[in-house]
Amino acid sequence: MLKLRLDSATGVPPYLQIVQQVRQALLLGYIHVGDRLPTVKEAVAELAINPNTVVKAYRQLEHEGLVSARPGQGTFVVGDLTPVPPGVHAALRRSLERWVRDAYAAGLDDEMVTAMFAMIRTEVRNEGVA
Amino acid sequence: MSGPLSIEPNLGGDAPALETERLGKRYGKVRALHDCWLSLPAGAVIALVGPNGAGKSTLLQLVTALLEPTEGVVRVFDAPVRAGAAAGLEQVAFVAQDHPLYRGFTLADHLEMGRRLNRRWDRTLAERRFAELDLPLRRRAKDLSGGQQAQVALALALAKRAPLLVLDEPLASLDPLARREFMSTVMAAVAEDGLTVLMSSHVVAELERVSDWLVVLSHGRVRLSGPVDDLVSSHRVLTGPRTELAASVPGVVRQEHADRHSTMLVRTTGERPEFHPAWQSRSIGLEDLVLAYLELPDPASQPPAQPSPTETSPR
Repeated sequence: MLKLRLDSATGVPPYLQIVQQVRQALLLGYIHVGDRLPTVKEAVAELAINPNTVVKAYRQLEHEGLVSARPGQGTFVVGDLTPVPPGVHAALRRSLERWVRDAYAAGLDDEMVTAMFAMIRTEVRNEGVA
Repeated sequence: MSGPLSIEPNLGGDAPALETERLGKRYGKVRALHDCWLSLPAGAVIALVGPNGAGKSTLLQLVTALLEPTEGVVRVFDAPVRAGAAAGLEQVAFVAQDHPLYRGFTLADHLEMGRRLNRRWDRTLAERRFAELDLPLRRRAKDLSGGQQAQVALALALAKRAPLLVLDEPLASLDPLARREFMSTVMAAVAEDGLTVLMSSHVVAELERVSDWLVVLSHGRVRLSGPVDDLVSSHRVLTGPRTELAASVPGVVRQEHADRHSTMLVRTTGERPEFHPAWQSRSIGLEDLVLAYLELPDPASQPPAQPSPTETSPR
């Protein structure tokens, strides 16, 4: 079962962290249609988190059509985020890995690598919009 | 209750768990709490934050009838709370700072005392918690570790089966692991029984994962009260050139001006607020938001120029 976690240093509200984790797990194929998410009680026991936060996150995921609550049974994955096909995933991973290696070899540090990635991403995305 | 989604957060709906009207407390000439209006929803975990001396403990002791208000009223689930008014007092369980127990008493003695002092008393619940904690009933309070004392005090408070649990600085004296265990027990009670929790703290960083409602107190006044997510999403930090533009931005909470540029914290109303393109807008984290409100000057020491930012925005 998906293991939820919280990072208090990110500044992202806890409920949004849970929503993002479930989406990410779907995209990366860690969870599939039919899988059960941790119950509110399980999440509360695991994370010492406010149950209302978990409820709010699951509501949003339900609203997005990704999960559905079955009374007495739990919350189940019902929707898909069209995960990246395994072949494509592996190819993209390889090319990104090559790029990161090149960047370090050229003397860029962590911060510069992250900044450059963010910059290119923004540029490409803006092309798409314009 | 069945199913993981049967717990309705229901924040802002129905009857409030706790209401204060014009609540105030003076010690001689000192105003510890002044003109305090609160309406806090049932089922919420409410964090009461503020610096030392802000009036947090005074407010909690008024809510639990350990103090008599100088003015105003407190109601818990519609029942007035004051010394001698059983209907109101039965709605509130309280764990004081440093989780006091009777040092020479065994856990069994504490259970017996709880039974005699309360009309409603869930001995089984407390015994089950002691068993989970591996604590025998013959153990004396003075032989418990700090974390165990906190857990025992919490178990005794929960056994009162009151719908409102009030905790005064519950985490202050605990190490990180004991903090985690303590909050885990509190959160489980919220999940299982729909308990409403009001807890004070001066450590903001730890509150974000446990509280969904925030009350900021400073200089004996409520500066901010509302659902955490709404408060965080409705505030923006604007940075831009120092111009007369600043005057045209609505909802400014505080502003700082350097030679060339200005920084402002604004409270927005619309879904997607638009600002002049010269202003860069970014979001603010809970901790910075609380600090910004705590740094506001004491309203008593300045003329009332603009409406105070204490109003709660309805959902």
